Amino acid sequence: MAAPLIRGYEVVIGLETHAQLSTASKIFSGASTAFGAAPNTQACAVDLALPGTLPVLNRAAVDRAIRLGLAVGAKIAPLSIFARKNYFYPDLPKGYQISQYEIPVVQGGSIGFLLGDERRTVNLTRAHLEEDAGKSLHEDYHGLTGIDLNRAGTPLLEIVTEPDMRSAAEAVEYAKALHALVVWLGICDGNMQEGSFRCDANVSVRKPGAPFGTRREIKNLNSFRFMQQAIEFEIHWQIDQIEDGLEIQQATVLFNPDTGETRAMRTKEDAHDYRYFPDPDLPPLVIAPEWIEQVRASLPELPAAMAQRFQTADGLPAYDAAMVTQSLATARYYEAARDACGQPKAVANWLMGELSKRLNAEGRSIADSALAPATLAALIRRIADGTISHNAARQVFDALWSGESVDVDALIEARGLKQMNDSGALEAIVDAVLAANPKSVEEFRAGKDKAFNALVGQVMKASKGKANPAQANELLRKRLG
Amino acid sequence: MTALHDLGVADLSRALAAKATSSEELTNHLLGRIAAQQALGAFLEVDTDGALAAARAADARRAAGGSSPLLGVPIAHKDIFVTRDLPTTAGSKILAGYRSPFDATVVARLGASGAISLGKLNCDEFAMGSANENSAFGPAHNPWDRSRVPGGSSGGSAAAVAARLLPAATGTDTGGSIRQPASFTGITGIKPTYGVCSRYGMIAFASSLDQAGPLARSAEDCALLLSAMSGFDARDATSAQRPPQDFHAQMLQAREGASAAKPLQGLRIGLPKEFFPAGLAADVGAAVRNALAELETLGATLVDVSLPRTELSIPVYYIIAPAEASSNLSRFDGVKFGHRAAKYTDLLDMYKKTRAEGFGAEVKRRIMIGTYVLSHGYYDAYYLQAQKLRRMIADDFQACFRQCDLIAGPVAPSVAWKLGEQGKDPIQAYLADIFTLPASLAGLPGMSVPAGFGGSGESAGMPVGLQLIGNYFDEGRLLHAAHALQQATDWHRRAPEGC
Repeated sequence: MAAPLIRGYEVVIGLETHAQLSTASKIFSGASTAFGAAPNTQACAVDLALPGTLPVLNRAAVDRAIRLGLAVGAKIAPLSIFARKNYFYPDLPKGYQISQYEIPVVQGGSIGFLLGDERRTVNLTRAHLEEDAGKSLHEDYHGLTGIDLNRAGTPLLEIVTEPDMRSAAEAVEYAKALHALVVWLGICDGNMQEGSFRCDANVSVRKPGAPFGTRREIKNLNSFRFMQQAIEFEIHWQIDQIEDGLEIQQATVLFNPDTGETRAMRTKEDAHDYRYFPDPDLPPLVIAPEWIEQVRASLPELPAAMAQRFQTADGLPAYDAAMVTQSLATARYYEAARDACGQPKAVANWLMGELSKRLNAEGRSIADSALAPATLAALIRRIADGTISHNAARQVFDALWSGESVDVDALIEARGLKQMNDSGALEAIVDAVLAANPKSVEEFRAGKDKAFNALVGQVMKASKGKANPAQANELLRKRLG
Repeated sequence: MTALHDLGVADLSRALAAKATSSEELTNHLLGRIAAQQALGAFLEVDTDGALAAARAADARRAAGGSSPLLGVPIAHKDIFVTRDLPTTAGSKILAGYRSPFDATVVARLGASGAISLGKLNCDEFAMGSANENSAFGPAHNPWDRSRVPGGSSGGSAAAVAARLLPAATGTDTGGSIRQPASFTGITGIKPTYGVCSRYGMIAFASSLDQAGPLARSAEDCALLLSAMSGFDARDATSAQRPPQDFHAQMLQAREGASAAKPLQGLRIGLPKEFFPAGLAADVGAAVRNALAELETLGATLVDVSLPRTELSIPVYYIIAPAEASSNLSRFDGVKFGHRAAKYTDLLDMYKKTRAEGFGAEVKRRIMIGTYVLSHGYYDAYYLQAQKLRRMIADDFQACFRQCDLIAGPVAPSVAWKLGEQGKDPIQAYLADIFTLPASLAGLPGMSVPAGFGGSGESAGMPVGLQLIGNYFDEGRLLHAAHALQQATDWHRRAPEGC
């Protein structure tokens, strides 16, 4: 499918994502990385850049970079280099940030995901290791600025894509897929509110076939919703500029969630000269094949492989397989429920439907779903064996969700939701409905299918939802036929 | 009887073991000499109480049966090593009053080996200089002629050891800062292979070049200190991963084919022709040749070799070292520690004033050079080019080491100059580093060994040093050759007049 044009323009987006790696200690020191501690209580002499201190690389951060690299099919560089990015800022204690520059640890790779029901692949340029800076606190210090260096030295993996995305929606789907992957791999806690996963979006527009337009970089997007809004605003702003005959200036912009607008923070003219050079305190990072194999052996089954397995072994459609492998927790839930009821497609339907609707509405993750997989499986079994209708099942689901009971059969019994399996009684209802709705019968005979559905509806209503819809259908057709 | 202050580390160690003296007596004696020699400018900080307490503790350990070569031996540290018990300034106003919450690894290791720290020694600001004239706290003087410089940047260390205020001291060497002051003051100093001593707690000047080492009055004393100072340190990623070394044993180990009369039989010493240029001061050249003749007498063979990029080592060094320094010194920004300007209008103004007030002229010059060579558009032409040449310089040494075991030459082109003589022209001072820079750039171990004295005119009687350079981790062979020379000569035993 060709990229959707917006007001005649093609949109080009590349993302840079900072994933905070879930190591216990910092990337170059032994201080803890725990979030939320009192300011400057988790910054050791190395983090404070006290004279004489030196960085020593935390191998656990490298393990995590290798995990991502293997999961996205990238090349793991046998030798990569840490460089210094030099600039002055109060929350940057050394006056430089240690970051991989010319030779990153992860090179290439790609991430696949579904955009609607279309399969998309975004290529990665690289992923490199670096340290985070501290935080400047501008409130509560009587007009002064407070510096909290707890975050200084926290390990980050910056994952950079090629300019492969063509819409805000695609960028968001990529970011969601990447987010799911890093959480799946256990290399990042994915907590966007705490800043564990944040994206910068490079956005430009062009007429189809034209060379790339000038890009502007939207910094620090820490929610998918903001990302969508910010990119959409930015696209229209850029098109407006061009339509007005103005040129786009390369710039770094910030998104203001209150106004929904992006605003330039600095332009190319005042771009820093970071004076990158290899950090002489850190020898090149050498990764032997054995190290890579050791990490490979510890990798979980990856989402794509698992989705493939669900398609072939469970017969799930591609879309369903992708949906139930959106997170490791969802996949585990799916597998547990499937094993308990033997109805893969039904489990997938409930997961994608009622269950995810409830979870979203309450802002809960599947890990703290009110319904255990076994309970959902018991419910599905009762639909499959004809005990209850789908409608009735939804009522049972509500009761289960509210915590009324965890016993599916007891709820069906207590609420009298058992389907009418006595065909004599159903026949009586069908006859009564046909007698009471001569107009519908006439319309059906005249070829209107809609009229048939109306009759089914009447039967269901008359049976108070207990009729088995398939049975009702069959009986009606017989009588009308 | 020899005075206590004339004894070196090995002699003191024996005297202490024999109970001929105590660490307290020795420490008291040296503290008295230090107090009397304040005008020398060697010390920035003297820790009278701490030193005496440590000396008494060492005596108690010995009384309880404890013994180790450095137990109770007084030393002091170049003020580039951070110390918990005393302020650390790196010779800079920007760190005036700074107290480190931890000891440098070298300081901690010497302390653990029983050495007594008497205080902190003067040095060029952030170890940038070769005369100790760039210290924010005044110059140190050469004990052989107080109107002359002691060399730098470990000038305070060299002056104190030469003036018999200390048997030994720590120093650091980035481009010659141990070897050149040792040469200028007639003492012995060794810069080990890069990675032998931990850099943790050594305030960084140029990280890829900085190495700690001892300055003492003999190769044997250097070996004793180096054994205690060195070793792998998990806090320094550039520290060499290998077991602890006994450099004293390596120094004493007889070499194959050697005899008592010819202890250096079989040793091939390479003389790079570039180390004996026409411009070499005549008295320096004569003293070095004289020392080389002694080495020949001891059995060594002299071989002509070449280090064709010797001259290039000057621009290469003065690009790489300032580049690293410009970044290393960024942390001195007035935000977290050290000096902060009293008045400023905004953040940028605070940075500018703090650094303008805190840094001296040479430090500023090198920050500017370093910033320039790393700048966009200049990086390839300067920094990258310098890195390529650095590798070629290291390769040149390896080519030499296929023909010889050690390399020898002068440490510096002249003897110590007069205070203030080179202040006007930094380039002149840079050029004087020509013989020490190549080994620094290659990361090789180098020593300065007393080789006699200047004989002509005004500089008559000023010490001259012989430089010996070894291959990677070949400190044992270096110390062995220097020790053999010192067993046969007495240049290293000479003391300045009045000391």
